[in-house]
Amino acid sequence: MSLSIADLKKGEQGIITDSSSRNIPLKLLEMGCLPGNKVKLLQLAPFSDPLYLDINDSFLAIRKDTAALILIDKIG
Amino acid sequence: MSKQLNVALIGNPNTGKTSVFNALTGLNQKVGNYPGITVDKKQGSCRLSRGLKAHILDLPGTYSLNASSLDENVVIELLLNKNDKDYPDVAVIISDVENLKRNLLLFTQVKDLKIPTILVINMSDVMVRKGISLDIKVLEQKLHTKIALVSTRKNTGIEALKDLIENYRTLPKEQCLDASTIDPDYFKRLKSAFPNQDLYKLWLVITQDVNFGKISRQELDVLEFKTKSTQELKRLQQKEAIKRYQFINNVLKEGQIIDRSKATDLRSKLDRILIHKVWGYVVFFIVLLSIFQAIYDWATVPMDLIDTTFAGLAEWVKTTFPNGGKITDLIAEGIVSGIGGVVIFIPQIAFLFLFISILEESGYMSRVVFLMDRIMRRFGLSGKSVVPLISGTACAIPAVMATRNIELWKERLITILVTPFMTCSARLPVYLIIVALVIPEGYIFGLNYQALTLMLLYLIGFGMAVFSAFILDRVMKSKRKTFFVVEMPSYKLPLLKNVFITVVEKTKTFVLEAGKIILAISIILWVLASYGPGKEFNNANRIVTENYNGTSQDELDDKIASYQLEHSYIGIIGKTIEPVIKPLGYDWKIGIGLVASFAAREVFVGTLATIYSVGSASENENIDTIKSKMANEKYPDGRPVFTFASGISLLLFYAFAMQCMSTLAVVKRETKSWKWPLVQLVGMSTIAYVSALIAFQFLK
Repeated sequence: MSLSIADLKKGEQGIITDSSSRNIPLKLLEMGCLPGNKVKLLQLAPFSDPLYLDINDSFLAIRKDTAALILIDKIG
Repeated sequence: MSKQLNVALIGNPNTGKTSVFNALTGLNQKVGNYPGITVDKKQGSCRLSRGLKAHILDLPGTYSLNASSLDENVVIELLLNKNDKDYPDVAVIISDVENLKRNLLLFTQVKDLKIPTILVINMSDVMVRKGISLDIKVLEQKLHTKIALVSTRKNTGIEALKDLIENYRTLPKEQCLDASTIDPDYFKRLKSAFPNQDLYKLWLVITQDVNFGKISRQELDVLEFKTKSTQELKRLQQKEAIKRYQFINNVLKEGQIIDRSKATDLRSKLDRILIHKVWGYVVFFIVLLSIFQAIYDWATVPMDLIDTTFAGLAEWVKTTFPNGGKITDLIAEGIVSGIGGVVIFIPQIAFLFLFISILEESGYMSRVVFLMDRIMRRFGLSGKSVVPLISGTACAIPAVMATRNIELWKERLITILVTPFMTCSARLPVYLIIVALVIPEGYIFGLNYQALTLMLLYLIGFGMAVFSAFILDRVMKSKRKTFFVVEMPSYKLPLLKNVFITVVEKTKTFVLEAGKIILAISIILWVLASYGPGKEFNNANRIVTENYNGTSQDELDDKIASYQLEHSYIGIIGKTIEPVIKPLGYDWKIGIGLVASFAAREVFVGTLATIYSVGSASENENIDTIKSKMANEKYPDGRPVFTFASGISLLLFYAFAMQCMSTLAVVKRETKSWKWPLVQLVGMSTIAYVSALIAFQFLK
């Protein structure tokens, strides 16, 4: 079972391996959520949702259910 | 006719696109609507050298040419339609030096449409602080464009940008990327099916259907073309995005150096507090408190001034114009007080937009959205619903318009539907007079009863908004999956000029939108109250004089006015609905106030004032007179009309009822159907009626 962004802990990083699920909005892909790009979990909102991420040098917040669709390899 | 140059400003949100627009056009700008939709169309003009004038269009912010909202769709529609009168001779892409990589995605797309394109790199003043250095020559060459390094904050680079715009003919026209490489076979078939069309344009038209599907295609009918499944197209779009980022990364590798050790990180320092589990909410609460303080305290000074001015104006009209004429009355009581009724809300609305635009410009609003999303989602709302709900405490009209950036339609619709429950400023005059009338003075734990009641009313409004959102969320079926992406922009000091222009523009929109309706209603009300059928109305003077012989002339005049009102059209309406509202504890006079309030709540006090014949009662010094008249108002059998029970019932009715035509009109416009405003009108009014009924029957 591969990891997703939702499995990251605060401060951890990963490399995106797959973001092709049909439920990931195109907008997110265009903001840099693409295979090969780095992602870092900066902060979590209360109740661990939404997630505040640095994806490919873009700072954005997405909900946990979307984050769970983006697969990663953990690094560092 | 001098040659006019069409310039379109295009860019991601949060890149300072509007600042560049303001810098180019100054105050030579106007905001309109795109035909048929409610997206703001901001355009202005800018003088170049040699008498050339540029027409500047500030297009809505978008991350790419693949639209996912109405606002973004405007950009694509324009760029795909060469026959549009606004079709740009030159496109100016605004980017932010900190987010160059992401911003360039849109740039390469526009470039591939073969539109002459200039790249503006904005906020160049922070480059040193962020440890960024750029090789402009290399970037220009690799991106096949001309670059203007601009700082709207320091006001540099604007002249250079104007020069580039003027010489747009010399801009290189090469594409950045050959999109057909993502699926050569597919594009080849496309090319042979439409030999005369631009390939990338075709591709955009086909893929718009995947995301948004509202593109008009007069010139090309791609439906005939055997296309791919949605899922396949989406895969191709992803492939396209990857290719574009590869290109951009290669360009930036040579043209940009970022030394992160030099970067001072304001973002993480502020974020540590502002979105902290505890401190984040504390700060947000304090911010909210200050907004309320401003709206309900500071704004009263200019509001009182406006009030006295218009009262004086009405008086002046009465004494200066021919005495006793209907026209004079219409101007004084209908038009002047109608306009006054609109103008009075300007200070509050302006304060509200001042705060909201500061919060948005500074980047704090995104943090609020982040903090609140999980909580709001429990009730079927989105973190982005917070802004409309806060705005709703001033006025539901701008609040409903502020829902546009909520991506998920269901969340947006629920937000629109429940926003009118928030206690808007028009309810305040009604609350104030009734609270003063039926809530005793006194203190509990050092808190004033009346102030507590007022606060409770705000909480009830908010509670009902959240509760009905929760119900609506259960009842309504959702067609789409969650879709929530919020950019967390860098913190910035708001630009005064931008804030000022926003406040002026939004306030103007409110005055024009709501103003028309409130003014019209005031005139209709005046007519209904000033005319009546039959003998009683027309002979009021004689009848009253005969019945009340010997009273003073002033008192007699009052009696005549109130007798006339009872037999005017509006009086008849009040009498007709009396059986319906009797169980709530109201008499026909309050009924008139209620009927009038369905146009706009704020007319309640004025209407009651007319009914209890105290003359032009919107003046503050008269509140006491209305209050004492209302306190003395009795049923024929001697019971007072305004008791604790009927007062509470009235407060609840006003808290919940949908009594604002302007809001209904805006909701109709935003949801594009009469269905939702009707749902609001019926639903909210039913809740109001039932809760007022229960309260009165229980308390009496």
